[in-house]
Amino acid sequence: MANVPKDLKYTREHEWAKQEGDSVRVGITAYAQEQLGDVVFVELPKVGAKVTATKNFGVVESVKAVSDLFAPISGEVVEINGELSQKPETVNQDPYGRGWMIAVKPSNKGEWDQLLTAQQYEDFLAQAAH
Amino acid sequence: MASRYIANTADEQKRMLGVIGAGSIEELLVKIPAKVRLPRPLGLVPAMAETDLIRHLKALAGKNADADSHVCFMGAGSYDHYVPSPINHLVSRGEFFTAYTPYQPEASQGTLRTIYEYQTMIAELTGMDVANASIYDGASSLAEAALMAHAVTARNEIVLSRGVHPLYKRVTATYCEGPGIRLRDAAGPDGVTDLEAARKVVGAKTAALVIQTPNFYGCLEDVAAAAEIAHGAGALLVVVADPVNLGVLEGPGKLGADIVIGEGQGLGVPLSFGGPNLGVFAAKKELVRRMPGRLVGATVDSDGARGFVLTLQTREQHIRRAKATSNICTNVALCALMATVYLATLGRRGLVRVGELSTAKAHYAAERLTKIPGVSLRFAAPFFKEFALKLPKPPERVVTRLAKQGFLAGVPLKSFDRALADCLLVAVTEKRTKAEIDGFAAALEKAVA
Repeated sequence: MANVPKDLKYTREHEWAKQEGDSVRVGITAYAQEQLGDVVFVELPKVGAKVTATKNFGVVESVKAVSDLFAPISGEVVEINGELSQKPETVNQDPYGRGWMIAVKPSNKGEWDQLLTAQQYEDFLAQAAH
Repeated sequence: MASRYIANTADEQKRMLGVIGAGSIEELLVKIPAKVRLPRPLGLVPAMAETDLIRHLKALAGKNADADSHVCFMGAGSYDHYVPSPINHLVSRGEFFTAYTPYQPEASQGTLRTIYEYQTMIAELTGMDVANASIYDGASSLAEAALMAHAVTARNEIVLSRGVHPLYKRVTATYCEGPGIRLRDAAGPDGVTDLEAARKVVGAKTAALVIQTPNFYGCLEDVAAAAEIAHGAGALLVVVADPVNLGVLEGPGKLGADIVIGEGQGLGVPLSFGGPNLGVFAAKKELVRRMPGRLVGATVDSDGARGFVLTLQTREQHIRRAKATSNICTNVALCALMATVYLATLGRRGLVRVGELSTAKAHYAAERLTKIPGVSLRFAAPFFKEFALKLPKPPERVVTRLAKQGFLAGVPLKSFDRALADCLLVAVTEKRTKAEIDGFAAALEKAVA
């Protein structure tokens, strides 16, 4: 079973979200990076861009597939992980840490509660496996 | 009517019509407006012996005026440059001359390598980091560049110089209709773009400024100044250039272009009445993931030997589907191969000579032709191998008259720009001899007298 930290929230598209002060940090899960294989490119929005929950905010590309990234919550991008343009493999090595993608200042706090808990995401993965 | 060249029989046709519920082939075609249909069978004789047929077809083809039968001064995007004979020999080899381009690296190292070499030569000529394996023609290259600039900048307007080929603009307008990209004009009264006027049009909504050099009227544009204007507004600079000129003219990439596109027909591709042509497309490395089209890269295999594969395919629609950078999923591989053989045959010095001779002969021709009373250069700006002549008689009539004397005199500009109804666009390549130019001048003098 893939690593699913308890203190994060999740989407069915395999993004994680972490509350950090005023903003929410976003990345893809360990399961997602395993499924993708070696990540070779990550395309992120610019700081200041608006993202919308469940809508595409970027692209992650591996040696075998290319996938859209979906925003867990709506808001303004306040920070992006610039390191990924030079070292996209960080997403594979440390998906919940140095492989983070964007930080968003949420515009609708209510959306947070609609995200999956770690337990719900694990159940979702278990279901998908069957 | 049964035909030996139509694979299905009358019985099979009947069954197919039965499945889709049509009573006859006629019924199937009923939706096609009557006025665009031929109301009678084609006027063909039932059969001809092969030798008779060849004689007949040759007689029909002989009615065409082409660059072999006539002395060609026509250009406007397609040019009568020299096509070295090794090209035809090499591209018609069975390994290359296939109906479809095989891309599997395990089966197609030869094809992939020629494409890689093509890309390398185009990148070097244009002064860009990366070139794709080609797309259809200059017009589709420009349209794809507009879509790419829109994707890169997330902006919605493309500003096009008036000197950009009018037909390229029309193709670009068609491509831009779906995504809702607005095209704007940057005018120029003297044959070149008025850059100060362009500066006012290029702004925060501009995805790209597009200029062509030499432009449609043959005049040279100031690429570096255009780059400064585009980049000052955060837009890309797209330059339309003819690669056969780039042995002499500076690669637009070295002058600040972000995307260089063009028609590569001059690189050893025969005129063939306008196609197939060769769409050249090159860009800066940081834009490579937004580039359309096939891309071949060099790599090493499991034994460490050098090899070639398609690369960055995740941009393309067989992987990326609706979100692909482009709907183009093919290239004109055979024409690109012609260009590769052309450049390898001519070499650096040869290509420089083509450019030098073309421009020197064009200037000689301009000097000679403007000595004719009533004939003058329409624009004062420096030109390369093509120029607009103002004539004292309607250019269409002059062209018809000169065709009877063995000259393709040029392209009348009226259908492209009504303000230039009295102008003829004349192109001169390295193939024209002094005798041909002098003969043309004598014939033109009589035609406009």
